[in-house]
Amino acid sequence: MGNLITLRDITKIYDLGSVKVPALNEVNLEISTGEFIAIMGASGSGKSTLMNIIGCLDNPTSGEYYLDGINVDKLNSDQLANIRNKKLGFVFQSFNLLARTSALENVELPLFYNLEINSSKRKQLAQVALEMVNLSDRLDHQPNQLSGGQQQRVAIARALVNKPILLLADEPTGNLDSKTTVEIMKVLQELNQSGRTIILVTHEHDISEYAKRVVELKDGKIIKDHAMKNRRAD
Amino acid sequence: MNYLNSVKIAYRALFKNKTRSFLTMLGIIIGVGSVITMLAIGQGSSDSIKAEISQLGTNVIIVFPTAQQRGGVRSEAGTTQDLTEDHVTEIIAGCPSVRYATPVVYSTGQIIAGGQNWRTQIIGVYSDYLKIRNLEVELGTVYTAQDESRSGKVCLLGKTVSDNLFGEDVNPVGQTIRINRIPFKVIGVLEEKGQSMMGQDQDDMIIAPFSTVQKRIRAIDHINMIFISAVSENSIDQAIEEIDQVLRTHLKLVSGQEAPYDIRSQSEIVEMFSSTSRIMILLLASIAVISLIVGGIGIMNIMLVSVTERTREIGLRMAVGARKIDILFQFLIEAILLSVLGGIIGIIIGLISSQALSKILNWPTTVTPYSIIISFIFATAVGIFFGWYPARKAAKLHPIEALRYE
Repeated sequence: MGNLITLRDITKIYDLGSVKVPALNEVNLEISTGEFIAIMGASGSGKSTLMNIIGCLDNPTSGEYYLDGINVDKLNSDQLANIRNKKLGFVFQSFNLLARTSALENVELPLFYNLEINSSKRKQLAQVALEMVNLSDRLDHQPNQLSGGQQQRVAIARALVNKPILLLADEPTGNLDSKTTVEIMKVLQELNQSGRTIILVTHEHDISEYAKRVVELKDGKIIKDHAMKNRRAD
Repeated sequence: MNYLNSVKIAYRALFKNKTRSFLTMLGIIIGVGSVITMLAIGQGSSDSIKAEISQLGTNVIIVFPTAQQRGGVRSEAGTTQDLTEDHVTEIIAGCPSVRYATPVVYSTGQIIAGGQNWRTQIIGVYSDYLKIRNLEVELGTVYTAQDESRSGKVCLLGKTVSDNLFGEDVNPVGQTIRINRIPFKVIGVLEEKGQSMMGQDQDDMIIAPFSTVQKRIRAIDHINMIFISAVSENSIDQAIEEIDQVLRTHLKLVSGQEAPYDIRSQSEIVEMFSSTSRIMILLLASIAVISLIVGGIGIMNIMLVSVTERTREIGLRMAVGARKIDILFQFLIEAILLSVLGGIIGIIIGLISSQALSKILNWPTTVTPYSIIISFIFATAVGIFFGWYPARKAAKLHPIEALRYE
């Protein structure tokens, strides 16, 4: 199996006590290393749930999930935390940077939870990650001293600092203007070109055009899975 | 996640909210500060009472007559007239553990010397009394056994009496004073002892031979009490036993019959006073402990606010790999840091205010190391106890819900 990600019959049902809400219905998906894949769908289509399961933030109700050869669908919360720490990187719509904390320290955050990395190594890795997003001149800036695009680039650096095998971006441009959106998507494309696997969750067609492959969800099922033909300029 | 990191993270979080952190700590600061100050006041007053009582003399034992009882009606203490000088003679002869013993009779009288007069207490005792109570004669001499046997009209003046009758820096030795119109020759002045901690002037008295005061001034046969000193500190209990034996034999008491006297050693008197001050210390300490608990509730309140406010931060930390235990520790350490920092500041404030009380108000205060240790441990325990619930709440959050929290 050369796949980075294999999902087999993944079903997720939210139990709200009186009612059971199905969010994903027997989803099958395979993703290989180096892909840039956009997960599309209207709100309520199950794309966020899929993203949470792929991101090891949640367990599926049933089905099998292999990430990098590891069966993760039965892991407990501490084991999942360890996988997130070592193998995954997250970029969120609202950046989620720590206020009144420098860019460098924000990027260092994931490494705080990795005991194998000491403080000097941590600082060095964070600097490298910030260089990757062209922010090496903003190390000491706090979030309120940075523009929206810069903040999101700090967040991307934070997602990259642990050298993840997979980068998950949940509506990364949702809070940005169109010019900055292009800037951030370019950054993601560059990262993909240098070999990183990226999963992008979005509801905008414009954004999905930056990806190489598009998976469309509706009512918890994959309705379309195709390569992007008219891909936006790299 | 190593613990030093957790402490650093917690420290940063607290430093970002300086005012709030300080106000939260204030409860602990006041709590710990007052625990230390209250215990210092309690300890100080108990120390000074002990010091005061030890001024009674060395290895002192006192025999008091007890309350008189006639047909079920009890009078005040000291009204029985069963004790006489003979008993003292018996004690001196029959108790090997007793070094000195003297009968004591008290009288008060108007003292006249020249144009001045002064009202004071006259103590009639053997000259051994000075040895029992560690009193020294500053000017002149002590009266002799001859003065005693002849009921000689001689006396020793306390400094206050001397100053008031003759003026300061005047040597009254050789002068004559009248006690209740009876002329007495002043043969000595006692060394100044100063005011006692209870505010009593220890130099306002006259000492005269026992037989003189008993026969010439009071005209009675009984005595007011017996002052005794034991041979050594270790023989006090033995001496009390012997005294009791001698007195019971002499008073012809059958076994089981209640004695008309009480024998108290100095340490028992100390005990009596310190039990009162112990109750005071307990009272003060419990008030202080309550304020510590109130401070702890303040910490819990702020930590709960903090957890709610930082829900997204918690979600993010979980997303990048923090385990539940890491989140639990982060918030628990914040709470402990608040209480420990508060405790340290509180200790400093407690030390300063104890010093201030003794300097400005002249209150005796003694800060004991154990009060510092106890209050510090207690403050830390308060932090752990009241920090646990908010930290647990934070650790129980689900990462997805925490990330979405608005």
